[in-house]
Amino acid sequence: MKLTLKIWRQKNASDKGAFVTYPIDGISTDMSFLEMMDVLNEELAIKGEDPVHFDHDCREGICGMCSLYINGHPHGPQQTTTCQLHMRSFSDGETITIEPWRAAAFPVVKDLVVDRGSFDRIIQAGGYVNVNTGGVPDANEIPIPKRVADEAFDSATCIGCGACVAACKNASAMLFTSAKISQLAMLPQGQVERMSRAEKMVAQMDDEGFGACTNTGACEAECPKGISLTNIARMNREYFSASVKSENV
Amino acid sequence: MSWVTKTLSSTIGRKLIMALTGLFLILFLTGHVAGNLQLLKSDGGEAFNIYAKFMTTNPAVKLLSYLTYISIIGHVIFSIWLSKTNRAARPVGYGVSTPPSTTISSRNMGILGTIILIFIVVHMQSFWYQMHWGDIPFVTYDGVEYKDLYSIVVFAFQNVWMVIGYVVAMAFLAFHLSHGFASAFQTLGLNHAKYSPAIALIGKIYCIVVPILFASMPVYIYFTQS
Amino acid sequence: MILDSKSPIGPLAEKWTKHKFNSKLVNPANKRKYEVIVVGTGLAGASAAASLAELGYKVKAFCFQDSPRRAHSIAAQGGINAAKNYQNDGDSVYRLFYDTIKGGDYRSRESNVYRLAEVSVNIIDQCVAQGVPFAREYGGLLANRSFGGAQVSRTFYARGQTGQQLLLGAYSALSRQVANGKVKLYPRTEMMDVVTIDGHARGIVTRNLITGKIETHAAHAVLLCTGGYGNVFFLSTNAMGSNVTAAWRAHKKGAYFANPCYTQIHPTCIPVSGDHQSKLTLMSESLRNDGRVWVPKTVELAQKLRKGEIKPRDIKDEDRDYYLERKYPSFGNLVPRDVASRNAKDVCDEGRGVNETGQAVFLDFRDAINRDSEDAIRARYGNLFDMYQQITGENPYQTPMKIYPAVHYTMGGLWVDYNLSTTVPGLYSLGEANFSDHGANRLGASALMQGLADGYFVVPYTIGDYLAQIGPAPVDTNHPEFAKAEKGVKDAIQKLLSINGTKTVDHFHKALGHIMWEYCGMARNAEGLTKAKGMIQELRKEFWRDVKVLGANEELNQTLEKASRVADFLELGELMVDDALNRSESCGGHFRLESQTPDGEALRDDENFAYAAAWEFMAENSPETLHKEPLVFENVKLTQRSYK
Repeated sequence: MKLTLKIWRQKNASDKGAFVTYPIDGISTDMSFLEMMDVLNEELAIKGEDPVHFDHDCREGICGMCSLYINGHPHGPQQTTTCQLHMRSFSDGETITIEPWRAAAFPVVKDLVVDRGSFDRIIQAGGYVNVNTGGVPDANEIPIPKRVADEAFDSATCIGCGACVAACKNASAMLFTSAKISQLAMLPQGQVERMSRAEKMVAQMDDEGFGACTNTGACEAECPKGISLTNIARMNREYFSASVKSENV
Repeated sequence: MSWVTKTLSSTIGRKLIMALTGLFLILFLTGHVAGNLQLLKSDGGEAFNIYAKFMTTNPAVKLLSYLTYISIIGHVIFSIWLSKTNRAARPVGYGVSTPPSTTISSRNMGILGTIILIFIVVHMQSFWYQMHWGDIPFVTYDGVEYKDLYSIVVFAFQNVWMVIGYVVAMAFLAFHLSHGFASAFQTLGLNHAKYSPAIALIGKIYCIVVPILFASMPVYIYFTQS
Repeated sequence: MILDSKSPIGPLAEKWTKHKFNSKLVNPANKRKYEVIVVGTGLAGASAAASLAELGYKVKAFCFQDSPRRAHSIAAQGGINAAKNYQNDGDSVYRLFYDTIKGGDYRSRESNVYRLAEVSVNIIDQCVAQGVPFAREYGGLLANRSFGGAQVSRTFYARGQTGQQLLLGAYSALSRQVANGKVKLYPRTEMMDVVTIDGHARGIVTRNLITGKIETHAAHAVLLCTGGYGNVFFLSTNAMGSNVTAAWRAHKKGAYFANPCYTQIHPTCIPVSGDHQSKLTLMSESLRNDGRVWVPKTVELAQKLRKGEIKPRDIKDEDRDYYLERKYPSFGNLVPRDVASRNAKDVCDEGRGVNETGQAVFLDFRDAINRDSEDAIRARYGNLFDMYQQITGENPYQTPMKIYPAVHYTMGGLWVDYNLSTTVPGLYSLGEANFSDHGANRLGASALMQGLADGYFVVPYTIGDYLAQIGPAPVDTNHPEFAKAEKGVKDAIQKLLSINGTKTVDHFHKALGHIMWEYCGMARNAEGLTKAKGMIQELRKEFWRDVKVLGANEELNQTLEKASRVADFLELGELMVDDALNRSESCGGHFRLESQTPDGEALRDDENFAYAAAWEFMAENSPETLHKEPLVFENVKLTQRSYK
């Protein structure tokens, strides 16, 4: 395959950045998208040019580190992570535009690498159950209906890649935040801190500068793990009821 | 900040205001379209004029109308506030943005809303303002005097551009509602495997039927009264 | 130096309890005066950092990824073992202990393994309390499955994403401590060296991967939870960033490296499709419960397949060789990983491999689909089949999967005693980074167990004993050793940047990977290993002469990061070869062609090799010194494994 790559290059956070076009040849359809990027980088390195920096790690679709905005879609045309995208999804001679995630809360670090520390801070605001190591009840003392466990699992599969933010026209992090709030709101373990968790995590999400939700559903459509919009509805419910019921004046 | 302002100024709280005001305006539209159907009666406007008087004088309706004004203003102000936040959330846009698998309406609620707002201003100037403070002829039915709003309406819709304007505005309203109806329920957290499909279906029907009924009035008048 | 495992004496079942009692405690009011550095935020690192912070210690946690949640523990699929005996099928702590010792081919330390089995039950309780959504039965209780050929159902799982869910649990506990101000997090920060003062670990040198800034951090103890070194093979199921650098630099500062030749090759991975391949993807071994492994009986048929002249389904049953079922009638397709892997290599070496490269065997679900229906198979393995199709473009419901073994896990690692302390006092190693619990072969669903056991339930106790002894006097980075280590790191980076040769870092990494896979992979012999040693030495020289590392230190520079890691792999590779050469027996994942039974199974030599080989770094480019920790088996009888 012969392709033309239009890639966002930006030296560092304070650089303005611009698209640079690279022709590339000899790409096999069996390659993963990131392997195609590896080929490009090998070529650039041999020519003495700075390789294109991008985030990636596990390359099996689970760590959530890869993050390219390809041809107008986070993680490209398939509903999967970039590392699981293969070149057979593209046609010979195609021009592929590759950009970083765009959000105020995800500042660009270099080229296609962004800083997603804001997601960590949202979790730190309350995305956990306050239990210390040791001294917990036997695992089977907390029976959980299978349906509930399965549904909580669906929310828990979020890999924190940020595709929802990248896809959203408002750069909203509601799908991410709601997935964690939902998981813990459904499980008995999460009940004790249910209200304060919703309040704190939403407040942190707002502080990070993410946008609001317009319910377009772009996040759900692009989420590589199929996290559903019902999570956002649940988060809203949790948040309203916490606001009304909790005694935090 | 008190907990109320804190909640209502959060992104989710602001969406709550959007949803509640939106749903109230949907209720208003339902009443409005039902009442205005009397324009289609071929009684020379009698029923409509009686209805118009009732709507401007009844204290309960008055209260509702104030709520409607507040809803419109709230809906507009909060949407502007949200849009500002949303724009700030992505200061640098994408080079290539192929439309995702979402509806055009859902991505352009602000633009649709703005057009509808302009329409509302024109519409209120044409009829609401006239009814309240304008120089309107009177008619008498059964010895009671009524403002003949009907004649104002008929006169207005003799103008083909006015008719076209109204029809187009209703099309925008339809698109706005096609997303807004179900979206309001989602924002309120009312997403349920059993009921959400029904809400979506009602929303789809509503966003088609109500604007068509509204649009049918100027069209009907234009073709029957000119 | 004599290797003292510090295993407590006394009956096996009482060792840990007694040891905990005999360990010194740190006064609660003093805990906040102690600083602990945790490098790596996978299962071991995140659980340790969180647990230590809960106890009151001041913790600094470092990871090279952009978030602690991305550590490669997240990719573990199958499950986590625990001796809960919830299924009433005869499991017990002792049985899990026994299975682990036996599975490790009698090359692990009894006391450590027993403790692992003992605390395994607490891990499940802990994870459930954190909200980890394990699979459940309709009655609401936890579900279990049998895994990796175990005779009991003791594996807890969360669909095919157990590692992810466990890591997110540990990450949430860690995040909680970050919010509490007890843990300071350093993402995108790589450990470059350990600082030792008077023989004790007293801090580390790090590089900020965004700014390139070299920094020093002082602490009373340093925990290395940095995972395994499988990426020495270039192609492995490890994440691209997984590396040996932290462990290797610690090794060069005095920590012995044990059993480096023990690597686990996982039998069910997606085969290599070409030179461009950057990593291998594992598919859960649970697939072997229903899939049947086969290759054509004849080389001719295999060649036709490779050329695409016939399709797999065209080959009649009588022309298929279900070689695992044929050779191991009682275990069939469920033989342990090393046996399954080696047999796949054998049939491919005979020329019967089934893909274009000749390096693949079939894993066929035809019979299972006929027996149980496609829907039943989809319910069991749907996500794995989807993943397979995504990567290969082939539909495994219609055509057999192609699989081939790939490097997956490294049992070797930093030598640690019963306290998980390396040979450098104050320097601990947890999880895959140490060598402790899996002997020469790890059982399925035991890696997650070990990582969490070390972090949640072992190190929080054992570190206290050390800290109480050294006292809470403040530590800082003013000691000249810090400046010295910092300068060493800066010099090494400058050296890499100044070579400006002609070949890329990946070129060297791939070359090293080829050597390791060819000569130190699934089957090894003295001749090949000797050859490999020379080749690695040559490659290393060439690397330092001709590598091309672009850019500067003071920026995000992924080439520089890679170069620095590959430089360490080039040294580790030679040690692995040395270790494999030294161990002329076969055991577990280490198969020496010279040492096999008449029917081709691994043959141990307990008389001469019942020891852990711990290597001491002497000087750059000079041979390391071997120390032996004899493995004493007081409770189990050593037997030859047989899966016939």
